Amino acid sequence: MRSSILLIYLGAAAALAALTAIAFAVGRYPVSIPEIANLLIAKLTGEPHGLASNIETVVLQVRGPRVLAALVVGASLAAAGTAYQGMFRNPLVSPDILGVSGGAALGAVLAIFLSANVFLVQALAFGGGLVAVGLVYGVGSRMRGHDPLLALVLTGVVIGTLLGSAIALLKYLADPYNQLPAITYWLLGSLASITPRDLAVAAPLALIGLVPMVLMRWRMNLLALPDDEARALGVDTTRLRIVVVMAATLMTATAVAISGIIGWVGLLIPHAARLLVGPDFGRLLPLAMLLGAGFLLAVDTLCRTIATIEVPPGVLTALIGTPFFLWLFALSRRRW
Amino acid sequence: MPKPMPQVMLQVRDLAFGFPGHTVGRGVSFSLAAGEVLCVLGPNGGGKTTLFRTILGLLKKHSGHVTIDGDAIEGLSREAMARRAGYVPQGHSAYFAFTLREFVLMGRTSHLGAFSMPGRADREIAEQVLESLGIAQLADKSIAEVSGGERQLALIARALAQQPRLLVMDEPTASLDFGNQVRVLEKISQLATTGISILFSSHDPDHAFIGAQQALLLGEGRALELGAPQDVIRADTLRRLYGVSVRILETEGGGRACVPALRT
Repeated sequence: MRSSILLIYLGAAAALAALTAIAFAVGRYPVSIPEIANLLIAKLTGEPHGLASNIETVVLQVRGPRVLAALVVGASLAAAGTAYQGMFRNPLVSPDILGVSGGAALGAVLAIFLSANVFLVQALAFGGGLVAVGLVYGVGSRMRGHDPLLALVLTGVVIGTLLGSAIALLKYLADPYNQLPAITYWLLGSLASITPRDLAVAAPLALIGLVPMVLMRWRMNLLALPDDEARALGVDTTRLRIVVVMAATLMTATAVAISGIIGWVGLLIPHAARLLVGPDFGRLLPLAMLLGAGFLLAVDTLCRTIATIEVPPGVLTALIGTPFFLWLFALSRRRW
Repeated sequence: MPKPMPQVMLQVRDLAFGFPGHTVGRGVSFSLAAGEVLCVLGPNGGGKTTLFRTILGLLKKHSGHVTIDGDAIEGLSREAMARRAGYVPQGHSAYFAFTLREFVLMGRTSHLGAFSMPGRADREIAEQVLESLGIAQLADKSIAEVSGGERQLALIARALAQQPRLLVMDEPTASLDFGNQVRVLEKISQLATTGISILFSSHDPDHAFIGAQQALLLGEGRALELGAPQDVIRADTLRRLYGVSVRILETEGGGRACVPALRT
């Protein structure tokens, strides 16, 4: 059993490495894999590479930030989704359904509306995400006499609608020549306009969110038990849940703040990872992050190469995600 | 030299318990020595589960005192409590398909640091516990796919992995077939001989006759009777508790059994 799990990790890592190489190579200005390898070796050793300078520009400045962003955003959304699903004991929840994405989007749109800088966009996105998930969980868990799973999902949908109308209001009020296109484009979700500066802010924040999840990967499993059982086993569930919600929300908000709303990753990827290695959080988290990074990178690479115009990645994730989710839903009945 | 007193593991004095704003039962007192078994009997909704959750500190007590191994429960952290008392809840709804091995290992959590993973010693304890309950061959099966009886044994195994001195079992025989009920009762008696104190509830008064030194009859929001099972489980007390007529028969080996007298 142990060796098969190791094989799955290795396979996922190899696939991710191959995808990364392909993502650097393909595009309007194709670069061959040996050229990328040469460039990489030259950069690492400090030797001159003898390649055309526009190759260096394309690989390092045009595709570099975008590829890295896809990896960071994909891994963050997948990690957050894994944590939410475990802690809400609910394989249907995801950053989208819990309103985190919507709340973070509202915060970020508000920041664009106020013409704020990248740090304030991050801060408002985080605050918005936190308030939204708190609201959804707080209201949803007070709906006694209903199936708790259903109550949580429905509350998330309702609060998501509310957040959506708040965003609509801001769009209506926004300056139609500058802010409105920025907001609309941003809400569609895109990795096209990511700058190294965005990445420099986002990557450390995502890493900060990841730390408590990695440290407490064993205890995370106990959050998947009924509350009484987890507490009787010695876990202060309230405190642990707060820490993990903060961490997962930070990761989601960070992703949303630089890439806009890219749905489905946080729902699908943890599912797929759980099918492969089971529900143990310590085993699940690294695989979900590898798969999430690879999935979003593949989607984004397709988005910029299948047509002459860019396709928003959220459209593609939904096209892939919907049938996959319905298939999973039909396949698995209470065995996650 | 004073003779050492039998060690009191669980002491409940004048306890009132219930939910916030709603008291379910009051005036409950009993004490449980090391290696002693107490069976709580009472009608559905009589407060057995609520009493247990209060004793474990999962619900706030309304008044009275509960001490476990000499310490008041309100002074114990969740971890300290989990190292003393194991809880076997009434059935488990499996949300995720953990294997039985992973599930039982969760019992080790209170012995681990906040950031630690279970180590070799913890794994060995889990294996031993699985072995002792006869479910070692199911270790790699998912908790969602084993039978109800096996899941009940897994819950007991998880509580035993805590290495507790007190075991609180909420209707451990509910939804089990006759054979598995007997096996669980055997396990309870066997665990008691190792010095673990056991508090369990049941719907069957015979279970108190078979496996307990004390019986607590919980009804009408209070402790109606407390004492040795053969003293307190009588036709009149059962009629009061459940509202039905019962005859108590003496069996050949000196045991007792309840036989309902049906009105026809």
